[in-house]
Amino acid sequence: MELFVFVVAAAMVLGGAVGVVLRSHPVHAALSLVLTLFGVSVLFVAQEANFLAAVQVIVYAGAIVVLFLFVIMLLGVDKVEDLQIEPFKIQRPAAVAVGAGLLSLISMAIIVARDANAPTVTPSDAVQAALDGSHDNNIRAIARDVFSDHVLAFELTSVLLVIAVVATVMLARKPRKGETT
Amino acid sequence: MLALDVLLDDLSFRAILIIIIKVLVIFVVGLVGTMLMVWFERKVIAFMQNRIGPDKAGPKGLLQTLADGIKLFFKEDLVPDKGDRFVFKLAPYLAFVPAFLVWSVIPLGGDFSNGKDGTVQILGRATKLQLADPPVGVLMLLALSSVAVYGIMLAGWSSGSKYPLLGSVRASAQMVSYEAALGLSLATVVLIAGTLSTSGIVASQTSFSRWHVVATGVLPFIIFLVAATAELNRPPFDLVEAEQELVGGFNTEYSSIRFALFFLAEFMNTITMSGVIVTLFFGGPQPLPIGNYENVLSFLGPLSGTVWLLLKVLVFLYIYVWFRATLPRLRYDQLMNLGWRIMIPLSLGWFMLLAAFRIGKDEGWSRWYVLAGGIAVIGLGSSLLQRAGKVSARNREREGAMF
Repeated sequence: MELFVFVVAAAMVLGGAVGVVLRSHPVHAALSLVLTLFGVSVLFVAQEANFLAAVQVIVYAGAIVVLFLFVIMLLGVDKVEDLQIEPFKIQRPAAVAVGAGLLSLISMAIIVARDANAPTVTPSDAVQAALDGSHDNNIRAIARDVFSDHVLAFELTSVLLVIAVVATVMLARKPRKGETT
Repeated sequence: MLALDVLLDDLSFRAILIIIIKVLVIFVVGLVGTMLMVWFERKVIAFMQNRIGPDKAGPKGLLQTLADGIKLFFKEDLVPDKGDRFVFKLAPYLAFVPAFLVWSVIPLGGDFSNGKDGTVQILGRATKLQLADPPVGVLMLLALSSVAVYGIMLAGWSSGSKYPLLGSVRASAQMVSYEAALGLSLATVVLIAGTLSTSGIVASQTSFSRWHVVATGVLPFIIFLVAATAELNRPPFDLVEAEQELVGGFNTEYSSIRFALFFLAEFMNTITMSGVIVTLFFGGPQPLPIGNYENVLSFLGPLSGTVWLLLKVLVFLYIYVWFRATLPRLRYDQLMNLGWRIMIPLSLGWFMLLAAFRIGKDEGWSRWYVLAGGIAVIGLGSSLLQRAGKVSARNREREGAMF
């Protein structure tokens, strides 16, 4: 049962990911991304991370990709891209290098993880404590981890997001008459 | 591993049979309910407007929807030339499926009195009158409502025509905006109930004063009702298909069975949303005590919960029809102002206030100090927001924008 779910979900994730790269139409690529996100969400459920699965769908599929589609539709860039044109000359070699690096990194991680017998990831104390409680332990574990051990990083991330929003508004704002930017 | 139901612990024949029965009942009742809802809406609106409404097909016109459905089946199915064929065909299903899936997490009955958890006996097995009871049921509602955007959005875009595109751009902006207010008012319910599971939320609303509409202080319920109406794209928030401006909105190019699916999804969503509101704020299948009677419908035995749910849902269906008959449509800028400037700050402020009360109770602070502090912070925040709004309005006027 678990293997079956994994195979189906993995096929969704990989198929979607390949689709994002290969579909020449931006809307189709965005829809493939949705497929990938749903696959990841199914994998989360299979790992009993129900909360993460729901948040994955709400935030990524429900908000972020909707905004992608919104921008694609609003700006009218829903045309087929010409892959012959390379906007920045260094882009493609750099992409190949980064891709190869990432691939080797992930394969190394898998090889190391296979050789090691003990689980390589140990949950933090807060997570372990929360997991011992029975009810809604998913949410409790995440909340304790985020709001106790990693509260500084969490708050800094939210500050970063606010800065990004304010900066976007400032950049998009037209300068007033008689004002130079 | 994947067990979401008490039943699924062993996959015996009887367990699977019960699940299949549940799925079938929900699907069939959902479809028939949608059919009756269309009739109900047309009839009630007709009475409100001094008309008779549909009365030819079947007794009191009850079969009118069925007749319309059969008619739609036999109509020509068009796919626009300029459109995107695959997405055009996919979109109606994306609109239709989430509307049904929501029912899987709504408790449809069962006995929640005296701290029971709503389990009943079917075929000699203990089960809940609910298809699935995941620990994150409420989030599943939100996830499905955010997925429902895709159907409308892609339908408008893939039609390859400008009015549907305008409709779907409006739809996506509207639904994404109001989802925030929806989520924040729902968060107050979760805060009070202390659980994310839908059956847990129902079980925590044991008496009228503990129904979340009272326990969260009415305001989250009002915000939820307004935001839900906007999510449904129902009047007065039906800019998505404003027929005076956009021909028919996102579904202009659709015909035949695909149009029927959108139509069905819209009415199904209305019923679904009423069910969600009843579950979250009005105790779902919990009985309403009248006078000395704990449960006036107790003679119905185990079915009384389901009947209570049905009665409560009917009230909200009537309210939705009432909205449609009475309220004029909002302008687009009014819609966005209402969403971003009023509903989101208000629901956020209320949520923080309730959270402060909870912390105050744990820490032993005086309730009045918490209230005074909360009001001061909310007042400060709203005056800052007012000022920001004024400044931006002045800037816009200077730049000569439309609104």
